[in-house]
Amino acid sequence: MDIIIANTSDDPIYRQIVKQFKNMIIRGDVAEGELLPSIRTLARELQISVITTKRAYEELERESYIVTVPGKGTFIAAQDKELFREMRLKIVEEKLSEAVDAAKSIELGYDDMRSMLKILYEEV
Amino acid sequence: MSLILEVRNLKKVFKDFTLEDVSFSLERGYIMGFIGPNGSGKSTTIKMIMNLLKKDSGSISVFGLDHIRHEKEIKNRIGFVYDENYYCEELTISEMKRIITPFYDNWDDSAFEKYLHDFALPARKKIKELSKGMKMKFSLAIALSHHAELLIMDEPTSGLDPVIRSELLEILSDTMQDEEKGVFFSTHITSDLDRTADYITFINNGRIEFTAAKDDILDNFGLVKGARELLNTDFKDHLVGVRENRFGFEGLIKNKEAVKRLFRDSVVIEKPSLEEIMLYFTRRPQNV
Repeated sequence: MDIIIANTSDDPIYRQIVKQFKNMIIRGDVAEGELLPSIRTLARELQISVITTKRAYEELERESYIVTVPGKGTFIAAQDKELFREMRLKIVEEKLSEAVDAAKSIELGYDDMRSMLKILYEEV
Repeated sequence: MSLILEVRNLKKVFKDFTLEDVSFSLERGYIMGFIGPNGSGKSTTIKMIMNLLKKDSGSISVFGLDHIRHEKEIKNRIGFVYDENYYCEELTISEMKRIITPFYDNWDDSAFEKYLHDFALPARKKIKELSKGMKMKFSLAIALSHHAELLIMDEPTSGLDPVIRSELLEILSDTMQDEEKGVFFSTHITSDLDRTADYITFINNGRIEFTAAKDDILDNFGLVKGARELLNTDFKDHLVGVRENRFGFEGLIKNKEAVKRLFRDSVVIEKPSLEEIMLYFTRRPQNV
């Protein structure tokens, strides 16, 4: 589990933490039921305020990524696999529409774009 | 929610300086940084909390108890670290320890031994032979070895190099793993607080400018840059402080989101550091 905080980022630190946990969960790097560090441990390790880590966990909890069991700790919540796939599809869609916008701005046609995509797809 | 430290309407009048309306409070489990320029009243406030200086009016309670009526009990539970050395210079660390321990009900010798080891303090060395960093660590070892619930520190990092300052901050975050403790520390080196502190109280010229969660402060304030002609519009009302130069201005705003909405493209807004916030507040009277 790696969490990297950028001090220069325009994103508040709590949001950086939320994003990275979400990515880890979506990618499947952490499994359902896995115990997370306590807010105080996380704050000490990252050398940040307890309020910041608390806020990050509260947000993740609100969106049901994690659950807190009083007296036991905070865990990765059971995740809906379908929903995840849906979310990842949405990300692909977003990125593609960005690419389409970029292509249209230089009047690149659909066929050119498709062959470009084909090359890229087979390359990776 | 239990308050570990509460200061209400504290007032003290000196011949040439008045400290007034000083109010703030700290919950258990959090670190509060007390910032302000030199001579703004930080040490005066701390001395009044410790009852080393008599207040004129107002109230101070520590652990929910009045700080004078329950002075003895409270001091048993406070760890005090001061920027100057207040130990006897001629004694060694272990001799000084023997003098101090009888004053505390909860003295824990094995904890002290452990801190001496962790902080690499030589027990047989005389206090006057210790470096500034070592003296600070010795004070801290004493404070932590009687299981203080509240650490009050007056400029603990001043005059220390960055390596020792970051060590101190690590020790503090370790201490804060215990949710029952609280730390209140004054400093003018605000970079020490940019990361670790939970709350910031800012005193300027004997008055509190603000006391709030650090994240809220850093999210709401903004460092703004733009063309000078903007200063002739109502944009000016949003500024806390400003500095003009030949090619534009740079200033501090209190409500970043509102300014973003109103002046979207005409200004550049950046995240300020605590130091920049402090600078613009203290510069205010001359320039706006």
